[in-house]
Amino acid sequence: MDERERRWAQLMQGALAGDSAAYERLLREIAPALRLVVQRRLARLGAPTAECEDIVQETLLAVHLKRQSWRSGDPLGPWLWTIARNKMIDHLRRRGRRVEVSVEDFAEVLAAPEERPGTEAAEVEKHLALLPEKQRDVLRAVAVEGSSIGETADRMQMTQGAVRVSLHRAFASLSARLRNDG
Amino acid sequence: MKTDDLIRGLAADARPTRGLGTGLALGLAVGLAGALALFALILAPRAGMPGLLVEPRILLKFAVTLSLAAAAGLTALRLVRPGARVGEGAWLLLLPLAVLAAGVVAQLLVTPPESWMPGLMGHYALYCATLVPLLSAPLLGAVLLALRRGAPSHPALAGAAAGLLAGGLGAALYALHCIDDSPLFVLAWYGIAIAIVTAAGALIGRRLLAW
Repeated sequence: MDERERRWAQLMQGALAGDSAAYERLLREIAPALRLVVQRRLARLGAPTAECEDIVQETLLAVHLKRQSWRSGDPLGPWLWTIARNKMIDHLRRRGRRVEVSVEDFAEVLAAPEERPGTEAAEVEKHLALLPEKQRDVLRAVAVEGSSIGETADRMQMTQGAVRVSLHRAFASLSARLRNDG
Repeated sequence: MKTDDLIRGLAADARPTRGLGTGLALGLAVGLAGALALFALILAPRAGMPGLLVEPRILLKFAVTLSLAAAAGLTALRLVRPGARVGEGAWLLLLPLAVLAAGVVAQLLVTPPESWMPGLMGHYALYCATLVPLLSAPLLGAVLLALRRGAPSHPALAGAAAGLLAGGLGAALYALHCIDDSPLFVLAWYGIAIAIVTAAGALIGRRLLAW
């Protein structure tokens, strides 16, 4: 556990300095841990576990957009579980369920299996389709098709800077749309 | 979009970022510049100002407002960090109150009761209650924008802390001009003025800082 915390904190420090490989490694480690905890919580609350992947993706978006609120030197866990808990509560509240979930419920998980579900997050998908065209195209090219920023810029006849801006805006508006839904 | 794809996209959006504390400091610098410009436009330092700072009652105004701003700033930073223990530093906010309480008690001990009410009402109470919020406005705006990068579990509370910070600094700025020196005046009218800014911060923060 301590070792995982150390590794996560180190990777996050790299991410905040702009190291995208470290950042990707961190997110790939965080995602299955999140998925496991959210699934358990949903099951315990009697909520449909089909919503799990939506909550995981909403949490990852928040982690991304709010990553500056983590202070280097602090453990990453408490920060991460607080974000996950808040996102889960928001998500369930939008569906008219009032729930109390404590941070401790989230922190108790020790290890998560390497699990890569093929399911898509239905709600994220819905809002993705409603993004402004340019943001959506850039997001699809970079995320889904795996194009680099440079390739995307060439293909869409944009500057690399403009691609970066569109990509960032896509994440910010996706997160805002999810929050304001219903 | 599969979660794996989302992660690939998020990683592509990585770039060097500055910490929240640095962001707040930059925001404060911008807000303070705005507040100083406003001050220069509509007010002037009172006669004999830098020298008057040795006077205990005048010094008290700066001690109360600036310590309030410092405590509120630290509290705001804590409130927008997920997982930070909120209660841990809350006692800091008692410090400016204690300083003010000491000033009020001293005033009551050394001045005759018939002077208390005139001291409390002062000369420019309404100016104080309106100019402090005005001077605080650019500060509040800048602080709230800086805190948007944070993730408060309670956005209204974080907004209120931002309001206390902006109100404290705005009040310190107004104290450069203000000739009402009774600690009773500070308690009543600076208190009302800062409460207005705090309420505004809570109201705006509730929406602006939600995430």
